[in-house]
Amino acid sequence: MAAFLKSAIMRPQVQRAWLVLPALLLLLVVFAYPVGSLLLRSFSEPRWGFQNFVALFTQTVYARALVNTVIISGSVTLICLLGGYPLAYSIAQAKGQMRRLLIFAVLIPFWTSILVRTFAWLVLLQNRGVINRTILWLGLSDQPITMVHNRIGVLVGMVHILLPFMVLPLYSVMVRISGTYTEAAASLGATPVRNFLRVYLPMSWPGVTNGTVLVFVIGLGYFITPALLGGAGDTMIAQLIETEVSDFGQWGIAGALSLVLLVGVGVTFALLFQTGLGIRAR
Amino acid sequence: MMARGFGTETLWSSLRIAITALIVVFLVAPMLIVLIISFSSAPFLMFPPPGFSLQWYRKLFSDPAWIDSLVTSIEIVVPTGLLAMTVGTAAALGLARSDFPAKRLVVGFLMAPLVVPVIIIAAAIFGVFRVWNLNGTLPGFILAHTVLTVPYVLSTVLTSLQMVDEQYEKAALTLGASPWLVFCRIVFPLILPGVLSGLLFAMVISFDELVVSLFIGSPTFRPVAVQMWSDVLGDIDPTIAAIGTLLFLFSLLVLLLEALMRRVGIESPLLGQS
Repeated sequence: MAAFLKSAIMRPQVQRAWLVLPALLLLLVVFAYPVGSLLLRSFSEPRWGFQNFVALFTQTVYARALVNTVIISGSVTLICLLGGYPLAYSIAQAKGQMRRLLIFAVLIPFWTSILVRTFAWLVLLQNRGVINRTILWLGLSDQPITMVHNRIGVLVGMVHILLPFMVLPLYSVMVRISGTYTEAAASLGATPVRNFLRVYLPMSWPGVTNGTVLVFVIGLGYFITPALLGGAGDTMIAQLIETEVSDFGQWGIAGALSLVLLVGVGVTFALLFQTGLGIRAR
Repeated sequence: MMARGFGTETLWSSLRIAITALIVVFLVAPMLIVLIISFSSAPFLMFPPPGFSLQWYRKLFSDPAWIDSLVTSIEIVVPTGLLAMTVGTAAALGLARSDFPAKRLVVGFLMAPLVVPVIIIAAAIFGVFRVWNLNGTLPGFILAHTVLTVPYVLSTVLTSLQMVDEQYEKAALTLGASPWLVFCRIVFPLILPGVLSGLLFAMVISFDELVVSLFIGSPTFRPVAVQMWSDVLGDIDPTIAAIGTLLFLFSLLVLLLEALMRRVGIESPLLGQS
């Protein structure tokens, strides 16, 4: 009887695992196999060997794109952190209606198509756009500043898209930091700056690392914004993968670029988990 | 001493409030611009517009290219959502209550499409679809988009399964109900909010998806996102603002629906306990 009961209770455990199979099969065929063969082609095309990787690190076009990718993604991450930290702090400090309103403002871009937003920036940043006319009117410059199809355009567009990915992890950590710690430090004589550096910043650090890694990793693989708002000097890895595949059919190079990009993403995540402050810690 | 400390603090907090206000303007401005331009009466792109009209909305619904792409998008989004919902829910059910050696590995694998840069997935799928003759076809789009959206369904359903007490299922099974009956009568009603929000997520993401669609699309088979892309690349006209505004309103509607379902989802386990 006991054995019967036990097996009856255990039944759901054993019987249900097969339900994973359809999803597993789909991802194996339409995700793992394609990605695996793309990566493999970096070694096998046009012939077996490392020639594609040698080309990647020696030819200027590819080396430039690799450097661009790290620099652009890094600057976007830094700008997002500098802007996102005070914003997240303000949201965490705000109460009731004000807090909801600020969260809504952060989420609006989340729910607007990337293409539509990029279009809006094209309109805003162009030479005869609102921003340039304001600059001319204020007399900050006597001629329009070019802000599209160059680095400024890429940074503005990417920061706009990636800022929520910085603010939300920061906010989720900050909202749980009790005000009593900073109050205690202040009453013991800590100056505001010292209080922030020694008390608040260390406590919000998990949010900083999570947001930084998230923004940097997403930025590494970015395609749409640099393609539309960037110029010839702002080509990133993702754009090269696209042109190598659709324009030149150079699958070996495309595979090598993909492998490098994937390793970059993997190393960044590994660094995050190394610090022990991984996304799981939330 | 006291006064100086207070002074720097107000200086810092007013600086912070100023930064916050600037960033909020930065975040919201593009959407406002799009909204205003979509009602422009100018015959071409102009900001600020000289007057207001509905001409770009009329153009959106009369231009065959936009209508075609809208139809194509619906043809893709509906089956993708249903397939992702079915496959993802099944996987979540299989994973939630069972314990097998490689379980964490399997969960990680099923979530991988969120971590691998989408440009890699796009190039890779394009490569194998060329061999399988699936580029520019409806089945190709459905398969590719399902892969990208299954992780969202999986995570929403897994979350709602965590809120369902396992004891209900065990009790029903011990009392002799078949596993299928237990699923239909007990588990499914309880996880329905999670399943539906997974479906909504999957459909919104499939509709918005651009990178994979750019690769596997063809001139005759292009969803709205690809149509918008070629519009932004070519001669920009305010039609894209009109569709952007509509998409935004649709997203708000989805958000509202989601919130509504969450509320129902929180209530149902409570009802079960009383």
